[in-house]
Parts: sequence; structure tokens; C-alpha cells
Amino acid sequence: MSTPPGRRGPRAGLLTYAALLVFTVVSLFPLVWTAIAASSSNGRLARTPPPFWFGDDLLRNLGVAWTDANLGRALLNTTVVAGTVAAGTVLFSTLAGFAFAKLRFRFRNLLLLLVVGTMTVPPQLSVVPLFMLVAEVSWTDRLQSVILPALVSGFGVFFMRQYLVTALPTELVEAARVDGANGWRVVWHVVFPAARPAMAVLAMLTFVMSWNDFFWPIIALTQANPTVQVALTGLGRGYIPDQSVIMAGALLGTLPLLLVLVVFGRRIVGGIMQGAVKG
Amino acid sequence: MASDTTTTTGAPAAPPPPPAPAGAPRSAWRGRRHRWGVRWGPYAHIAPFFVLFAAFGIFPLLYTGWASLHRVELTAPTDMEWVGLRNYARLLDDEFFWNALRNTVTIGLLSTVPQLLMALGIAHLLHGRLRGSTFFRVVALTPYATSVAAATLVFVLLFGRDFGLVNWVLGLLGAGPVDWQNGRWTSQFAVSTIVIWRWTGYNALIYLAALQAIPDELYEAAALDGASRWQQFRHVTVPSLRPTILFTCVVSTIGATQLFGEPLLFNGSAGATGGSDHQFQTLGLYLYEQGWVNLHLGRASAIAWAMLLILLLAGAAVALVRAWRRRTR
Repeated sequence: MSTPPGRRGPRAGLLTYAALLVFTVVSLFPLVWTAIAASSSNGRLARTPPPFWFGDDLLRNLGVAWTDANLGRALLNTTVVAGTVAAGTVLFSTLAGFAFAKLRFRFRNLLLLLVVGTMTVPPQLSVVPLFMLVAEVSWTDRLQSVILPALVSGFGVFFMRQYLVTALPTELVEAARVDGANGWRVVWHVVFPAARPAMAVLAMLTFVMSWNDFFWPIIALTQANPTVQVALTGLGRGYIPDQSVIMAGALLGTLPLLLVLVVFGRRIVGGIMQGAVKG
Repeated sequence: MASDTTTTTGAPAAPPPPPAPAGAPRSAWRGRRHRWGVRWGPYAHIAPFFVLFAAFGIFPLLYTGWASLHRVELTAPTDMEWVGLRNYARLLDDEFFWNALRNTVTIGLLSTVPQLLMALGIAHLLHGRLRGSTFFRVVALTPYATSVAAATLVFVLLFGRDFGLVNWVLGLLGAGPVDWQNGRWTSQFAVSTIVIWRWTGYNALIYLAALQAIPDELYEAAALDGASRWQQFRHVTVPSLRPTILFTCVVSTIGATQLFGEPLLFNGSAGATGGSDHQFQTLGLYLYEQGWVNLHLGRASAIAWAMLLILLLAGAAVALVRAWRRRTR
């Protein structure tokens, strides 16, 4: 188990803090630069030396990005997609993770191996059939074409299984069984309460991953009904030559996740570290 | 961190009683239903996931293999003409396939090796008694939360030939401006920088978690034996981290094999060629170009299966090396 931060190991010296300060600057600088560029005019960006402070054109650039790159629609779509994918993934992964952790059934280990094995398969191996499928049922540009495939999260099942193996006492499940509770009552009254912390973390991780999902959405969607990543790809592939507008789009598409990170960062960090130790 | 919920299973410490169901005496019907539930219940729990898994996980994976044996055009994806292994034969004859494979390997090495080494160092810094450790951990995750598209777009600006910040700094140091996009090595270096920026902090957190799982006694024993901090790192930290290092290597290799968004957007106006001379076209990008620019879905499928084959070969190589090491130890 991970201990509370900062309680173990040697005390950090001045050099450690200096190195971490450099790390912080490097990690945050591209985002700061995005904001500086987004608030500048194109002419200001072309100056030598480059501008190291924010300019006055943020609202104008955001406005152009909003209308020209369909970013309002994109933000709304991505919120719907990431929210649905997070909720669905958490639900299905908790059910399956519980079964893999606590129930006995034939082919259990084989099926788990299959799920974990497909985690390692790149998305490139499924886009052609998915594309044919989406074309067949005329779902091009419809949000369900990016939501449904994203609900298949081997990571989610594995994450919930690893958590529930230790967090949910087997006797508790069996006691509920003996008392005559059927499957869904056990899930509702025993599994969900025990799994809640991990479900919350999985929801946040999935939301972030889904928000940033790239490869399949740029194939399944067009600029007419984009997600944020599709809209940013449209910006980057050059029908708007204005660098500061492109950066305004990038800023707008990243801000919601930075907000998520500021509010829930501590728990997301915990989830990633916990998954790493058990995985 | 939800460590408070861990209960040692099997310990006599009694779990809180579950909410009691309605107290009707159990009828024969209920008993039957109960037995049915025990037998089939597990499948009901995994069914929602596995229905989706079969439809959107397994089926596409296999069907990609089937499609790779056909001539399929994007304009009429249901018209499939059997061509046997011709898509693969053409792939082997295509210099751009080998170019993409080479680029994928070199960019993979350029991005993975420094990334994991730096992550190890940062994890070491974050491990220990530290003020503001939560702040630094969230900072480490900020690049990960930045999407590939947003990150690549700002790095395009930073690596710009005429007005980019990197060239301005190089100018201050007396080095000439570099045309990052057009050189083979410079462009691959720049693309790798984006990958390194996005993933170093994430990997550092994974290493940090592994570091914290090492028992203190190991270090105390090493210190008693007079080991220096460097010797402790060599002989305690690295061996304990070996499984985690292997894990991150595997994950990074898989990530490197499918690299797509960074090279696509690094020179966005060049389409999917990966630069004017294909100098940073990766396999993922080459697949996209064949399928969605040149409209050959069959060939794109063959590239996808080639990627799978490469990953399987890499996995087999790792397994062989591990088996060999175990035997010679």
C-alpha cells in the first residue's frame, strides 16, 4: 500500500527542491505558452524576442476558434461522450470486476486473460471493421459511434477486479447470499458500497482518457459534429492559418481537464499509483 | 488513496452484517431460484461487458485479419474481393512501409529511453519526506491530462523554424536556427520530445508507487552494512523495481508502436505523409494514409496485422530473454 505522501525515506534537501522546481517549470511551460500564444496576435507571436507575457487578444482569438472550429459544439459533444463513457465503463467494469474477483465460474481465468490480453492490442487493429460497421448502419458523425467502442475497457475490468479482491470480504458476499439476497441485491447493497472509492477513481481516469481519445474519433467523426480532439485536428491541419487562434482552441479544449485535475488531482494520482502497485 | 477499505480477508474481524432481506421463510421456489442464481449469476454479471467486448473488441480484431486478405476500398467498404496474401506482399515491396517501420523504431527508442530514465530520477526525488508532495504529483500528471492534439499544436509553435522559442534560445547560445520539421533526425527528436513531455510524469508516479512498496528494512540493513546512497540505489532500489520497469517498458513499447497523433499534427498541413520526405511517418500514420487518404482499407488492415505481429515478436523476444536469464542465473 502507498503511504501518505512525504512520510518516508530521507528528508528532501535543497537540491531536491531545486530539481523538482525545474521539473514543474518544464511540465507547465507548454501550457503557459499555449495561454500566452492564445492571448497574442499573430504579429506579436512573430516578434523577436518572443512575448513572455500575456497579450490582449484572448477573447478575440477564443471567439474566432469558437465559431470557425465548431468548438462550442465540440465541447458539448465531448462532455456527453466522456460522461457517458465514464459512467458506462464504471458500471460494466464493476459488475465484471466483481465476478472475476469473487465468483466462481467456468473459464474464469481464461476470460480474464483474454480481457487483459486485449489491453495490449493497439486501436489500429480495430478501426477498419469499426469503420465498415459504422458506414453500414450510417452512424458516421453520430456520437454513439465513438461511445460504444470506448465502453470496452479491459483496463477498467482489471482495475476493479484488483481492487475488489482485497477490498470486498468474500464472507460478506456469502453472508448476503445465505440470507437469500439475489445477484442484483448483492451488487447493489454489498458490491457497490465496497467498490465506491475505486469506482470514483475509475470514473475520473476514464473521463480523462475519453476526453483525449484521438485515433478512432478522427476517423468516425467530421468537423460537422466533432469532439474537441477532432476540432483541434481540424485546426492543426490547416484551414485556419492563424497560430494564435489554433492556440486559443487548444487552450479551450484543455481547460476542462485542467479543472478536473485541480479539483480531483489528488485522487487521480492515488488511483494511478494504486493501479501500478497491484497491476 | 482509498487504502482505508482494505480488510484482511479471512481474519475473524467481523464484517458489518449485510442489510437483511425481507424476512419471509425461504420457499422451495426461492431455493431453486437461488441455486440458479449461483450457477448462472456470474455470467449475468460479466455479460454486459462481454457483449460489448465481443462486438467492439474481439470481432474487429479478427475481422481486420479477414479484411487484410481482401481488396476493400473506402468508397465501397462492403465490396470485398479475395486477394489472398497480396496486400502483405505489396507491403514488403513498399519502401514507405520499411521507412515507417524504421521511423517507428527510432522514434520509439528516442522517446522511451530518456522518458523512463528521467521518470526514474523524478520518482526518486518525489520519494522521501517532502513538502508539497501532492502538488508535485499533480504537476507530474498535468502533461498527461493535456491531449495529444493540444500538446502537439503548442510544440509545433515552440519548434517553429522562424519564430519558434527553441530556435530563439539556440540563437542566444550562438547556434543557427534549425529547420526542425524538415530534417530526419531533428523532426524525430521533436516528435519524441512531445511524447517524453506527456508521459514522463505519469511513469514517474508509477515508479514512485513501486518505490514506496519497498520495505524500509532493506535500506536500513544496507545502511548498516555501510552502503552509500548510490550503492543502496544500485543494490536495493533497482532490483526491487525490476518488475515495474519491465511493466513500463512493455506499456511504452505498445504506445510507441501505435504512435499516431503526434506525427500527424507535427506537420498538419502535409496531410498524413509524416513530413515532405516521410521523415517522421510512423506505422500508425502510414496505416491511416493507406486507409483514409489512399482509400485502401484492405492494405490498411494488412498494416494493422503487421503491427500486431511486430508486438508479438517483441513480446516473444522479451519472454525468451527472461527465460534465458533465469536459466543462467
